[in-house]
Amino acid sequence: MKRIYLDHAATTPIHPDVKEAMHQVMDESFGNPSSIHHFGRESRKRLDEARMTMANSINGHYESIIFTSGGTEANNLAIFGTAYANQDQGNHIITTQIEHHAVLHPCEQLEKEGFDVTYLPVDENGLVDIMDVKHALRKDTILVTIMFVNNEIGMKQPIQMIGNLLRSKGIPFHTDAVQAYGVEEIDVEELKIDLLTASSHKIYGPKGIGFLYKRDGLNLIQRQYGGEQERTFRSGTENTLAIQGFKKAVEVLQQERDERIQHYERLSEQLIQALNNRQIDYAINGDLSKECHVPNILNLSFEGMDVEIFLTNLDLSGVAVSSGSACTAGSIDPSHVLKAMYGEDSPRLRNSVRFSFGMDNTEEEMEQVADRIENIMNRLAMNN
Amino acid sequence: MSDRSNIRVVVGMSGGVDSSVTALLLKQQGYDVVGIFMKNWDDTDEFGVCTATKDYEDVVRVCNQLDIPYYAVNFEKQYWDKVFTYFLDEYKAGRTPNPDVMCNKEIKFKAFLDHAMSLGADYLATGHYAQVEERDGQHVMLKGIDENKDQTYFLNQIPKDILPRIMFPLGGMDKKEVREIAKEHDLATATKKDSTGICFIGERNFKEFLSEYLPAQPGEMRSLQGEVKGKHDGLMYYTIGQRQGLGIGGSGEPWFVVGKNLEDNVLYVGQGYNQDALYADGLEASELNWLVEGDFTESFRCTAKFRYRQEVTPVTVEPKNDGTVMVHFDEEQRAITPGQAVVFYDEDVCLGGGTIDRVFKNEQTVKHLA
Repeated sequence: MKRIYLDHAATTPIHPDVKEAMHQVMDESFGNPSSIHHFGRESRKRLDEARMTMANSINGHYESIIFTSGGTEANNLAIFGTAYANQDQGNHIITTQIEHHAVLHPCEQLEKEGFDVTYLPVDENGLVDIMDVKHALRKDTILVTIMFVNNEIGMKQPIQMIGNLLRSKGIPFHTDAVQAYGVEEIDVEELKIDLLTASSHKIYGPKGIGFLYKRDGLNLIQRQYGGEQERTFRSGTENTLAIQGFKKAVEVLQQERDERIQHYERLSEQLIQALNNRQIDYAINGDLSKECHVPNILNLSFEGMDVEIFLTNLDLSGVAVSSGSACTAGSIDPSHVLKAMYGEDSPRLRNSVRFSFGMDNTEEEMEQVADRIENIMNRLAMNN
Repeated sequence: MSDRSNIRVVVGMSGGVDSSVTALLLKQQGYDVVGIFMKNWDDTDEFGVCTATKDYEDVVRVCNQLDIPYYAVNFEKQYWDKVFTYFLDEYKAGRTPNPDVMCNKEIKFKAFLDHAMSLGADYLATGHYAQVEERDGQHVMLKGIDENKDQTYFLNQIPKDILPRIMFPLGGMDKKEVREIAKEHDLATATKKDSTGICFIGERNFKEFLSEYLPAQPGEMRSLQGEVKGKHDGLMYYTIGQRQGLGIGGSGEPWFVVGKNLEDNVLYVGQGYNQDALYADGLEASELNWLVEGDFTESFRCTAKFRYRQEVTPVTVEPKNDGTVMVHFDEEQRAITPGQAVVFYDEDVCLGGGTIDRVFKNEQTVKHLA
């Protein structure tokens, strides 16, 4: 049985060039970038180059990049850091109901600490209405955090409009761009983003590394104290090995982005076509129009299917996909994203799966996936 | 050994040593083994951690040791609707429910079996101490050979027609052997303590747990002669034959619960372990489930158990027209408890069982036990 990995929104394999770059660093440079000797300078040089690569990738300044252990830490730093830095000016934060837990849970914690959080709803396609953002704004609003691309359904939020609105009011705008970074060209100046989260392991880089972009001059309070690395915003010896891998992943991404997008589009179309050819019933969660959806995520609802049975069967037949999030005891919690889109009682909460495509996938694999889905459905129909 | 790699066995894994060894044995026998953890109850400990998490993590560790895939399935809703609701209803009716019997009937060997079959399983296996064997062309359920651990009592309500799809790999072993195998293979659960009590209550105080769901109505404790002996905290907290927690002092033999009167909210107590009031010579049972072929319309002789970990005793079973049975004991039995199961045996074959509704002595209903 050939295993087919369709869970690239969870994490991606390491690109061969990334692996090579990391091997090279391991061989050539181990110094602590803060050290004042030759070994330190060797390491520092590479760190600075990587920081420049990151900054250029989103049209930010060199000083605006804070390396973190990944997306979760960057989101935590952005949200707590901004909230605490601005609490003398207000205690109101705006976010959405469909954020990643790395945004929702910090917001919930801030609520416990006395902050007031507005969780904006989304429409049936999972999109935030700019008018809702506008109406939610208050005099004491100190942060708006809205994700760029949703990780479960792949919908792109109206970031440009939100950015324009918030910049005109002088309210800090953070966006979790973890899912967007690998498929969208992001220009923080044009989009008027103040804080942006990116992660390496969603773009064929290593795990354990990400960054927070912080616009120059924006107030932020650090979450950890120590050797004052990352201009005091993130103390701790830099993960130089992972940073070099991340840098290479970004360089490859910049060369290949258009090619990747086309590849994802073909795969998505192929899978849909293959399901249609086999007369498998499904409904699309979200809206696949290019202007509001990324091509690497396809979230489908299969009427009458139970997600736990479906996911388990798919894995047993060699197809790796996912759905919502698993609880700590392994069972699948209904997706908060689909709940926000379709309501608590919608059967889609219990019958939807996410396919997310990668460069390693082939069109032939999409046919095989459809075959395996068909087999599972036929067998389940026979059981009943 | 024949090739069993195309035979898929789903193992219900709880994170305990029994189900761990069950999976190990089947893997050694060459089956395509899939481990599934059932999440039946939603609860968090004092640190806000889901209590099922620790058990699931043990399942993960063992499955990784065995190199078998593992998954979880959520039956919280089914468990609540079919087992917990029954559990509370029985207490409300003044009876002593057996949630393990109901869990096997409604969850493990129904919802979970369906789940296993939907994953393409040929068999469902669990770590119960019981055996399934083919005898004269029919599949029968036998006691586990470890008399002390035999769990057929709890399995009496599972349907006969599923037996060909069930495996109990531990039925032919004793507990000591199972522990030894686990240790020998260094399984993560080898020294894990056996779970005790009712699964959803766990280590917590039973009284406290129950009081969260049912209002306790304190009342009088009386002797059968009507003498007030003290106060009780609520009838549901007591079971027939219980000695602990009565708090009746004085001289003579210790006091025991001998019955309940739900209408008047009175707990009957009596003196002496072997007092007459605790003894009966027959019972009436309903919800009969038969695990062997037959129409069960004629009286027959067999043996029976009225509670888990009890020696069997000879009885005559007299089926009635309404589907219930009368069970006459050769010798009087102590502390027969309505709501518990009566389970019938022919030697080591479990014939089936039912739920005890009424208790008799000299052909009269024992009112204080009804």
